[in-house]
Amino acid sequence: MTDDRKEIGKIKEAAKAWEAEVLDPALERSPERAREFRTVSGHPIRRLYTPADLADFDYTRDLGFPGLSPFTRGVYPSMYRGRLWTMRMFAGHGTPEETNQRFRYLLAQGQTGLSVAFDLPTLMGYDSDHPMSRGEVGKCGVAVDSLADMEILFDGIPLQDVTTSMTINSPAAVLWAMYLAVCEKQGVPYDRIGGTLQNDILKEFIAQKEYVFPLEPSMRLVVDTILFGARHLPRWHPVSISGYHIREAGSTAIQELAFTVADGMAYVEATMKAGLNVDAFAPRLSFFFNVHNDFFEEIAKFRAARRVWAKLMRERYGARDPRSWLLRTHAQTAGCALTAQQPYNNVVRVSIQALAAILGGVQSLHTNALDETLALPTQDAATIALRTQQIIAHETGVTHTIDPVGGSYFVESLTREVEEEVWNYLHKIDDLGGMVRAVEQGFPQKEIVDASYRYQQTVEAGEEVVVGVNRFVAEAEEPVSLLRIDPEQIAKQQVERIHRLKGGRDNGGVQKALDGLRRAAEGEDPWGQDLLMPRILEAVRAYATLGEIMGVFREAWGEYVEPAIL
Amino acid sequence: MSEERKIRVLVAKPGLDGHDRGAKVIARAFRDAGFEVIYTGLRQTPEMIVSAAIQEDVDAIGLSCLSGAHMYLFPRIVELLRERGADDVVVFGGGTIPDEDIATLKEAGIAEIFTPGTSTSVAIDYVRTHIRQRA
Repeated sequence: MTDDRKEIGKIKEAAKAWEAEVLDPALERSPERAREFRTVSGHPIRRLYTPADLADFDYTRDLGFPGLSPFTRGVYPSMYRGRLWTMRMFAGHGTPEETNQRFRYLLAQGQTGLSVAFDLPTLMGYDSDHPMSRGEVGKCGVAVDSLADMEILFDGIPLQDVTTSMTINSPAAVLWAMYLAVCEKQGVPYDRIGGTLQNDILKEFIAQKEYVFPLEPSMRLVVDTILFGARHLPRWHPVSISGYHIREAGSTAIQELAFTVADGMAYVEATMKAGLNVDAFAPRLSFFFNVHNDFFEEIAKFRAARRVWAKLMRERYGARDPRSWLLRTHAQTAGCALTAQQPYNNVVRVSIQALAAILGGVQSLHTNALDETLALPTQDAATIALRTQQIIAHETGVTHTIDPVGGSYFVESLTREVEEEVWNYLHKIDDLGGMVRAVEQGFPQKEIVDASYRYQQTVEAGEEVVVGVNRFVAEAEEPVSLLRIDPEQIAKQQVERIHRLKGGRDNGGVQKALDGLRRAAEGEDPWGQDLLMPRILEAVRAYATLGEIMGVFREAWGEYVEPAIL
Repeated sequence: MSEERKIRVLVAKPGLDGHDRGAKVIARAFRDAGFEVIYTGLRQTPEMIVSAAIQEDVDAIGLSCLSGAHMYLFPRIVELLRERGADDVVVFGGGTIPDEDIATLKEAGIAEIFTPGTSTSVAIDYVRTHIRQRA
């Protein structure tokens, strides 16, 4: 230690001498390009990082080894030397038939995991024939109205061999029940079913805004699915705690991480309160982060994320099982960083973002396609996005060693600074009474609105350069060809199917199942006899529609109306 | 000039789309530019937006849609304004709108479309030069 301190003292002296004799005269001759340098999130960046910035750095405490707490260097002992990350591309549009074809194509290309994009009516728990669904059916994802659609969606796909990720939140329990019912029909036992539900309702209130019910019953649904998963589906991830949408809504990197971790804490606390031991469910929690443009800030964010979560799970929640300490994460390149101008430049942006995700040690990655500022991707554009990951995986050599940026004075300093600022936010949220209360008070929402407005102002002032938008603008641009989706045609087919379904099913059985569900939703014993998942499954098996099931909850719990925060 | 009231703009999110970053940025920028801004919040049907516009006596409606449903929602709002005799309210919009949709939208009566990457100052200038207070 004393040797270290002596060494640091020597470095500080040498740095002073360098500044006086070398740097200052150079700056006098030619000043730097800017007075200060900041990350895209506004975090200040110093000129040079040296061991003096890491004066009290402790290798085993702060970094440790891959697969060991605090997991700064990665969650698995061999990381990408053992197994590459999962290249999981989000897909879905139009009718269940169309998306089924797309899934079969992706599996034929060697993809082992599916990721379902649902359309907005499905995400909001409306059937395709609801008035609010006009113009939206099948448009930004696949339309699923009942188990009949889910059966078509996974027709011919052996669900014991693939894992399926479903981006669905307010109606997550219902869509999950539909998926499980398809598995039952295929004869796949529950303990063989693997996949992920996004099911992160807090970030809906904060950022993506696909909430339906008020906070309390929304949290109840999440905990209900965690309990059901812990009991019956050991290979399922019931919640994917998501920062992606928080970032897309305009947050900084630090806010993204802090609010996501705070959301995760809320789920852990609520589930423990429902009577489950932390180690019975924490190993199945997973995460989902954004990868934005600022290369090193993003890498630091992933490293800090693992450290913060491990400390929280061990120290605050007393988790004993090391698997409970792991922050395993999916990542997606930042949609909001893409530009409609000169869209081919997006391929370059996505490559750099994807590289940051890999150097950050993620477990799974979706890369955006170049045309996604304007429409769902064409097959060609989506293929380039997948190839980008394959090039990083197989051509660059960055996977040959674990955490190649570890030990960089800059990266370690930045990782530490991100972590410190995240703790500051977490303390503030504790002071507000936890994340559910903070969301009720609009705290994270306001922080994000402010950050996004600040960012927009820096872009408009030209302080933040966006190539092709506020610098290096092209006079005339050749438009790229886009995927066209006709929602009227899809809606027509879906509405006809709903009518056929309602005419052909046992409507008495549906009513009975919905009545049982209603009693449970209104019941007083949420973690005992009024558990929802078994009753949702009954209703789904009877071919109740998504809108009917969500309608029961809407009536029982009411709907959330957001106070406008500008 | 001094007796004129401020230009009133309704910033609205039609349909199910929850992406409100752009709507909020533009609402704030309009407010900072001196306009009176009313923000509808999310999940508004065309009927709700038109009622709010008439009730609030606005001069213009700025629509934001990122779900791809603009081809139904935007023209429907213009149609309802006409039905209710309020077609002097100028309707403009923005979001993830492909260039090839713009001509159709303009034919349907949407006065201007702002595509991704538009600076807020462009939208502010547009309002200043094109929006007059309704008689």
